[in-house]
Amino acid sequence: MLGPWVDLLVFLIAGLTFPVLNVVLSSLLRRDYPYPEKVMPYESGEDPVGDARVRFRVSYYVFAMLFVVFDVETVFLYPWAVVLRELGLFALIEIIVFIGLLLVGLYYAYKKKVLRWV
Amino acid sequence: MPGWLIDFLWVVVKVTLVIAFVGVNFIFMVWLERKLSAKMQARIGPNRVGPHGSLQLIADALKLFSKEDIKPAMADPKVWALAPVVMFAPALLVFYVLPVGPNAVIGTDLNVGLLYLAAVSSFTLVGIFMAGWGSNSKYSLLGAMRAGAALMAYEIPLVLSILTVAMLAGTLSVQGIVQAQVDRGYYFVFPGIVAFIIYFICVMAELGRGPFDLVEAEHELVMGYQTEYSGMRWGIMLMAEYTNQFTAAAIAAMLFLGGWDGPFLPGWLWLVIKAYALVMVMMWVRWTLPRVRIDQLLDLSWKFLLPVSLLNLVVVAIFLV
Repeated sequence: MLGPWVDLLVFLIAGLTFPVLNVVLSSLLRRDYPYPEKVMPYESGEDPVGDARVRFRVSYYVFAMLFVVFDVETVFLYPWAVVLRELGLFALIEIIVFIGLLLVGLYYAYKKKVLRWV
Repeated sequence: MPGWLIDFLWVVVKVTLVIAFVGVNFIFMVWLERKLSAKMQARIGPNRVGPHGSLQLIADALKLFSKEDIKPAMADPKVWALAPVVMFAPALLVFYVLPVGPNAVIGTDLNVGLLYLAAVSSFTLVGIFMAGWGSNSKYSLLGAMRAGAALMAYEIPLVLSILTVAMLAGTLSVQGIVQAQVDRGYYFVFPGIVAFIIYFICVMAELGRGPFDLVEAEHELVMGYQTEYSGMRWGIMLMAEYTNQFTAAAIAAMLFLGGWDGPFLPGWLWLVIKAYALVMVMMWVRWTLPRVRIDQLLDLSWKFLLPVSLLNLVVVAIFLV
């Protein structure tokens, strides 16, 4: 036995090489004929104006911030969920308080109209 | 031969089998989707190549293989070229912890299986975002931004619904969860029906499927983040997408529907049958419901699914203690 993580490494290497192998093999089968119109970014036949990497609306950022808060919270819940039965009532009440605080936070964000897209 | 070499070759054989399954599964699922959507829209669908068009996708794969690989001039070459690889690798890694029978797991039964699944399956977003950002095309970037917003909104209810199963089984190992369902004689879909529905909605939203496909909404964004890809690179992306869809259904089958458990047939066949039943439900939903708007997509998760999944977690915990 090489240990599970070495086996996992083999899976990872296979997952990385298979797409590369496919692209390389297919490139051996044909020739490329690039010309300026063909390699232009596709915009339904129009000539593209400017760069695509423009400033984006701030709502995406606000939602990302909220995501970080709740994602960290789910990491705390993982170990608790596994040993729920052994820890019993005390841990349950603690988690209810914890989740209650989060729900209050979510309600605050809702009232502050953070969750509104437009 | 030394022992470690035999072990190593065995792992290589397993990887090869999984990749072969991924390829066959991809071809079959695309054919199934085209046939099902045709039936739902009173069309015929592919019917020229092979009986009932069953060889159509093999012809398509050969066509993709011989297509020119157009490299967009404005793109960031490294990020653009790596994106399909980054999308495909996690799709394959998910298979590592899937149990296919009693005492039989494809790779190894990790004791942090659920955490591993949640981590690996959400890694696909990095590939999607690399594709969107690297292409330097407006359609691609819009699609990738939407994919990011959708994943961030639906990841938390998804994880919370998975945690409900972890609470019921008392373990994070995937094989342990299936074994717990077999030992107790009931599937977790009954105590966890709310979690199952939340999981299913979230998975469809994260994969950009069904009514949530505004990541590649073809009427507004051409193909979303895939716009600048062609030939085999695009084929790999599509393969990763369909593989993710299958593994998501397989995970749902294992966590809620008992995985490999079933009479008469071998375990892996039961898993495939259950997964395909769920895949067909996903296709049914996709071809029935109209697409949602981005604000509706985010509202559904943040204002409804997230509070409901938190409350569901607490209610199940109260019943267990």
